[in-house]
Amino acid sequence: MNAAGFPLLSLLTWLPLVGAAVILSVRGDEAAVAANARWTALWTSLIVFALSLLLWVRFDQSDPAFQFVETVSWLPQWGITYKLGVDGISVLFVLLSTALTPICIVASWESITVRVREFMLAFLLLETMMVGMFCALDFVVFYMFFEGVLIPMYFIIGVWGGPRRVYAAIKFFLYTLAGSVLMLLALLLMWYVAGTTDIPTLLRTPFPVAMQTWLFLAFLASFAVKVPMWPVHTWLPDAHVEAPTAGSVILAGVLLKMGAYGFLRFSLPMLPNASASLAPLIFALSVMAVVYTSYVALAQQDMKKLIAYSSVAHMGVVTIGIFTFNIQGISGALFQMLSHGIVSAALFLCVGVIYDRIHTREIARYGGLADRMPAYAFVFMLFTLASVGLPGTSGFIGEFLVLVGAFKVNFWLALLGSLGMILGAAYMLYLYRRVIFGVITRADLRDILDLSPREVAVFAPLVVLTLWMGIYPSSFSGFWDASVSAMVEHHRAALEAAVKLAGVLPQ
Amino acid sequence: MLFAVAVFAPLFGSAVAGFFGRAIGDRAAQTVSIGCMLLASVCGVDAFVQLVYQGGSPGVVSLGTWVDAGSFHVDWALRYDALSAVMVAMVTCVATLIHIYSVGYMSHDATRWRFFSYLSLFSFAMLMLVTGDNLLQLFFGWEGVGLASYLLIGYWYDRPSACAAAIKAFIVNRIGDLGFALGIALVFWTFGSVDLSTIFAAVGQHQNDTYHLLGTSWRAYEVIGILLFIGAMGKSAQLGLHVWLPDAMEGPTPVSALIHAATMVTAGVFLMARFSPLMEYAPHALAFVTFIGASTALFAATVGCVQNDIKRVIAYSTCSQLGYMFIAAGVGAYQASMFHLLTHAFFKALLFLAAGSVIHAMSDEQDIRRMGGIWKKIPLTYAVFWVGSLALAGVFPFAGYYSKDAILEAAWAAHSAIGQYGFWCGLIAAFLTAFYSWRLIILTFHGRPRADARTMKHVHESPLVMTVPLVLLAIGALVTGFSFHDQLLGPEWRQFWGHSIQIAPGNHVLHAMEGLPDWIGLSPSVIGLAGILLAYMFYVEAPSVPRLLAEAFQPIYRFLLNKWYFDELYNAVLVRPSLRLARLAWQVGDATIIDGMPNGLAALTADGSAQVVKLQTGSIAVYAFAMLIGVVVLSLIVLLLLVVR
Repeated sequence: MNAAGFPLLSLLTWLPLVGAAVILSVRGDEAAVAANARWTALWTSLIVFALSLLLWVRFDQSDPAFQFVETVSWLPQWGITYKLGVDGISVLFVLLSTALTPICIVASWESITVRVREFMLAFLLLETMMVGMFCALDFVVFYMFFEGVLIPMYFIIGVWGGPRRVYAAIKFFLYTLAGSVLMLLALLLMWYVAGTTDIPTLLRTPFPVAMQTWLFLAFLASFAVKVPMWPVHTWLPDAHVEAPTAGSVILAGVLLKMGAYGFLRFSLPMLPNASASLAPLIFALSVMAVVYTSYVALAQQDMKKLIAYSSVAHMGVVTIGIFTFNIQGISGALFQMLSHGIVSAALFLCVGVIYDRIHTREIARYGGLADRMPAYAFVFMLFTLASVGLPGTSGFIGEFLVLVGAFKVNFWLALLGSLGMILGAAYMLYLYRRVIFGVITRADLRDILDLSPREVAVFAPLVVLTLWMGIYPSSFSGFWDASVSAMVEHHRAALEAAVKLAGVLPQ
Repeated sequence: MLFAVAVFAPLFGSAVAGFFGRAIGDRAAQTVSIGCMLLASVCGVDAFVQLVYQGGSPGVVSLGTWVDAGSFHVDWALRYDALSAVMVAMVTCVATLIHIYSVGYMSHDATRWRFFSYLSLFSFAMLMLVTGDNLLQLFFGWEGVGLASYLLIGYWYDRPSACAAAIKAFIVNRIGDLGFALGIALVFWTFGSVDLSTIFAAVGQHQNDTYHLLGTSWRAYEVIGILLFIGAMGKSAQLGLHVWLPDAMEGPTPVSALIHAATMVTAGVFLMARFSPLMEYAPHALAFVTFIGASTALFAATVGCVQNDIKRVIAYSTCSQLGYMFIAAGVGAYQASMFHLLTHAFFKALLFLAAGSVIHAMSDEQDIRRMGGIWKKIPLTYAVFWVGSLALAGVFPFAGYYSKDAILEAAWAAHSAIGQYGFWCGLIAAFLTAFYSWRLIILTFHGRPRADARTMKHVHESPLVMTVPLVLLAIGALVTGFSFHDQLLGPEWRQFWGHSIQIAPGNHVLHAMEGLPDWIGLSPSVIGLAGILLAYMFYVEAPSVPRLLAEAFQPIYRFLLNKWYFDELYNAVLVRPSLRLARLAWQVGDATIIDGMPNGLAALTADGSAQVVKLQTGSIAVYAFAMLIGVVVLSLIVLLLLVVR
């Protein structure tokens, strides 16, 4: 039935729920339950990760079509099936999700002390939703996972968050839900036209040009919030600030990629004409995101907020890349998504390390940590540089490819979109200087401890990935080369067909 | 291959010193990194000799794929030709000497392993830069040296001024790098590749390509040339983007010698020479190069005349000398600019290290107003300082005489208005250079001691580990001029450079330099001696004159002392408005306007359902229940809509 010989994707999707069920069934005193929940969650996520490596090995890079496809009839009278599969665009995001989940679980090993069982439960549920979302090949299935992600995340912020967690959680929920309702309407309309919600079929369905615009705007409402694009980004800093470290990691690492993934999976290939005609709007919003939020980041006094705003700026680069419609731009956008998934996750972990020790995120509270925490200073520096986009780290490849792609579209787009190169360096190095450099002035910083072995284990894979992606990126971009080429070709052909049609109509 | 060893040995040294330095101790870390540098310089020099003198053939050492996106394909590859070989030989040799010198200079530092790790990391990045076989790898080295420079300027991270200088250097460089990156993108869309060989082979075919910008069509080559030069301006501290270099003197002195004099700052000049096949067909971009170079040469020299920090004087002199190199590149005499790059590497590294020796002797004093009267106590430092200054001022037969002469002759021989501008700016700058060099020597070493008694008692010559590199560099500053002049610039220059530097068929600058009027060849020496004489009169014969002049021409003096107010200007129009804008965007844009709407909405909801809010105190069950209701409602809507159909 597929390259693995067994329903691999379903296994990846639902296995975490099995782990969750095990955790639920544990009885005993609180400490035992907590320890049990931790270990069960860790082993479950590690097994899922190990299984997902099969995708890395068995995925056929030369095939642009969907692979590992599984189909189960669900609601045939409405043309709805339970269908999973991955192509070059989604496969690495499945891996990103399965890789970050165990890291998050280890990272919250000691910092989560209340309701440990429920926390681990929420995380495993979240993994199910994320993996399912990237694998879904039916729009209804996609929609359910896409919305389902909200539920565990809402709890993670709302229960284990900081003092303003309720405000942040509700804001997060309202923003993302408001967009989703419009996407639901778009989904219904597409189903009405095509008679099915099968994504591969929808990809081949030409939608009327006038309808495309409305569909595009409906999708935009949903995806723009998730990316997040300017000006619907303000939920993100609040959500990050209040979320526990692991919540921030998964939010920045995977959840922010959902919007951009949506653009690539639906807007661009299904609505080529609307994408082309509305690209300038996206460019304008993206440039705003890059320049405006970079400035906002410069003024921040809270570490998490600063990194949250930098995420908005980096995702602005992604949306520019997607709508350049050329291989370099889209490939760069995908790379930037992947890289940002690693680097921003790592940066939030870096904040978590000192938050766990000093219990504040206020930048001014720190300074001079380099003396006491050399290993931490090194790790933080590496991810700072990756965030700044230094060649040799993962951050550079995506940013540069998008620049190349954008240059093809317009000089000013490339210039303004790349201002992040300068502004990013300003706010990140300024942050680093205030936290790590300088002289220790506060007593509690004087005997702060360097990274523990557990923390080293958390950072080590991320360090390796950041350098690997920077030095040998083709081992990652190889996965999507064929898919991206096919997508660009498909887009060009669709536009040409529309031009021909327009040429015929007036006569 | 030897060449690859020369490039990667410093990386190995850096990694060992950096990751294991704390464990194995300073001495072991130093030994490993210096050993690696020695190995690199032996290999580097050998590769250079083989290629240029023993008829070796240039080539490319391919190391594997780097980036692959559609037709955008980039390899990791080392380019082995005369230009890269000569740079590798120079960089490894100077870097090795400076590593050795640092053993003495940094002997009181607490984390020497860190210093040596950074220094070796820099050497590696610089070697990657000069050996890059494609623009992207060149950019890798370009940013890599920027990183190393940032780390080393901010090496003493407990000093706020050092941290500020480090960030400033990185950001100002990034401004230039953005131009460079855009240039790479345009090169790719023009030539379909960023490989140097592909680009240079296709230069003939894209002559008339145009690029539409600002409502006009420009020749693509001109735009590429300007964009690449913007990158060069950042790295080589040319007028406008020079502000980081003087501040970079916050770093330890060996860093100033290696990065901010001999190697990194000359990367821009190297880039122009590397791109000679293309720049030759971008005459307007070249004119711009000369214009900026000449202006920088003059500007920096005027500022250098009034500075009081020993390292800052030399820093401005570096800025000015880099300007000279760009004058030559801009008139098509890339050989002359590379020649000056080489000689300058030796004598400027020498001057910085000698200054470091002075600072070391004076218990970390850097202000020349508190020096003086020490030349008998540190005779060797004094002697090599003279050698360096003589070379800098262009006195026969020191290295600078040959290279600076060649640049001024080339500027004149270009027979163009911009060439004339370059010549006259360069000539005046030569006068000022001689003047401030001897002002520096006299104030530093001669006259009445102006330091306190304790410092003076402590003044001592540096240890051997520092003086040996000084002597070796001094020999370099003496011999590199006459021994390389004919090879690099003579009629047979192709034997040396091969095809690494290419000039257009109509470019006869080198040839025209032969038949110039005699006074042009003589003028730099004459004017240099005049500058020395003036410095002697001002600071030995009539020491009251400078102060009187400064008082008489107070506005001009202040203008120069404050470096033409560039920092103040940038602060007023760029830095402060940016910070204000940042706060405005955050507090007004985000918090008030964008968040205003949903918050208002939320407030309404909250008021209307105060009961619900009371429930939201962290109980999972309540949340789950609320969520469940939400999901049910949502599903109902979906089902309803489905049924309606």
